[in-house]
Amino acid sequence: MLSEEERKEIEEEFKLYPHKQAAAIEAMKVVQKHRGWLSDESLEDLAALLEVSKDDLDGVATFYNLLYRSPVGKHVILVCNSISCWVMGYEEILHTLSEKLGIKYGETTQDGRFTLLPVPCLGTCDHAPAMMIDRDLHRDLKSEDIEKILEAYK
Amino acid sequence: MEKPLTQNIRTDGAPLYLKEYEQAGGYQALRKTITMTPKEVMDLVKDSGLRGRGGAGFPTGMKWSFVPMGDNAPRPKYLVANGDEMEPGTFKDRLLIEAKPHQLIEGMIISAYAIQADISYIFIRGEYTEGAEIIQKAIHEAYEAGYLGKNILGSPFSLEMHVHTSVGRYMCGEETALLNALEGKRATPRSKPPFPQSSGLFGKPTIVNNIETLSCISHIINNGAEWFKKLSLTGEGGTKLYGASGKVKRPGLWELPLGTTLREILEEYAGGMRDGLKLRGLLPGGASTDFLTEEHLDVNMDFTSVGKVGSRMGTGTIIVMDDKTCPVGFVHNLQVFFAQESCGWCTPCREGLPWVEKTLYSIEHGTGQMEDLDILSFHTKYLGPGNTFCPLAPGAMEPLQSALKYYREDFIKHINEKSCPWRS
Repeated sequence: MLSEEERKEIEEEFKLYPHKQAAAIEAMKVVQKHRGWLSDESLEDLAALLEVSKDDLDGVATFYNLLYRSPVGKHVILVCNSISCWVMGYEEILHTLSEKLGIKYGETTQDGRFTLLPVPCLGTCDHAPAMMIDRDLHRDLKSEDIEKILEAYK
Repeated sequence: MEKPLTQNIRTDGAPLYLKEYEQAGGYQALRKTITMTPKEVMDLVKDSGLRGRGGAGFPTGMKWSFVPMGDNAPRPKYLVANGDEMEPGTFKDRLLIEAKPHQLIEGMIISAYAIQADISYIFIRGEYTEGAEIIQKAIHEAYEAGYLGKNILGSPFSLEMHVHTSVGRYMCGEETALLNALEGKRATPRSKPPFPQSSGLFGKPTIVNNIETLSCISHIINNGAEWFKKLSLTGEGGTKLYGASGKVKRPGLWELPLGTTLREILEEYAGGMRDGLKLRGLLPGGASTDFLTEEHLDVNMDFTSVGKVGSRMGTGTIIVMDDKTCPVGFVHNLQVFFAQESCGWCTPCREGLPWVEKTLYSIEHGTGQMEDLDILSFHTKYLGPGNTFCPLAPGAMEPLQSALKYYREDFIKHINEKSCPWRS
């Protein structure tokens, strides 16, 4: 069941489009904001609200890499793996992150604190290598700084 | 040197909100616009020579001119700002969104006036969380001040403006795919014709313009077409946000006259290569542009000049490859991106790009064979222009075909030595 708050936020989005199916992505983002990810049950509830089939909605959900169809950790780390960050050595940063957290791309730490995901170019290439944790951009990364950065995300 | 796009940007990085923007002359162009006819605005932009800054370089005024006008035109009409900046190596629209939101909004209102649009959307990639908040706040200010909404500044013209934050995928940058994303669907490209100008968002007339393009508009209205043309060194019109990333001394972003040479950008602004490194090559305007090398450094960075030497200006943000970086590994990284971002809609792209990526992987990791070079060349032809639904795969083939031309001996060395000379 969608919560009252979720439903209200989604209905706000309906106002911005000529029909409510167009707000499908916004609606899924609302649910993800509250629950962290999109479960089968959430999709069913949303499909009913949007008056589309659950499979159609799933087709949209699975297309976009920032909509999560599996549970993610409390904090999501997006490490840029595109060209400027590759030239500037993102692989070493990723290696350090993997070592410290004990997870690879696509995995979540056992305590559920972090999920590590790749992301295409973050558009801050003059400060490569870069990553995002939740809503925060971290730039000019050096391996020795990683531990300190992670400490801020309890 | 005039720098209209970046002038008055605050040095502390904070956005220029309404009060400061108005003090710097903001929204005067809009006041002027509503005394003009839509056709006069459109003609002015046409005469300025402004070409799309998203990468393709299509003349903006001409793009607008295909929108049906007059009382019988289908309504509502839409204007969409493309802020899905996802071309690898590109970081210019982020600055305009985060530092000067009202320049974009004013440009959009004027553009919407020219095509008599009723509703506008700013499509921003999901990772630009701060930018989206800044724009949202700026839109709110513009509504409060009467620059948006019903009867703008007391004129008969009305415009609504909304922000749509995306949820990933490079495909959203292609304008018809972006429209599908805005409609809440998978971001797959649409067949053209019909072009968005006649049947775009929700089947209505729609213009999609890049953030930097729209940010130029208010300056053209204020200062005229001739002024805009003279900003450039080569007559294509305007300034350009140029950037450089990779192992140069001072990576960064600079607003310079359109047509500034690659050499000036790299040597004077980016400070040249880091000590101990040599320039091996560069992509002049993002991941989907052909390599250029040392011999091309004196080319003017504008659409026509870069085209003449076999590449594209693209987004104007240069990715530098130094001599300690493996060209095969470099191109492999690009193809990992393109193969992953292919939307799967058409077969050559969906099937071809992963094949290219795997072939490059095997060469880079020492299991490549000479025939692989023919397989790669085959793909550069069959994934090239005219064989796919949209420009994603042809764009992916640009750095590959030029790498096979300029760095062929490095590919052969990988195959002969069965390893990457840069890794061992």
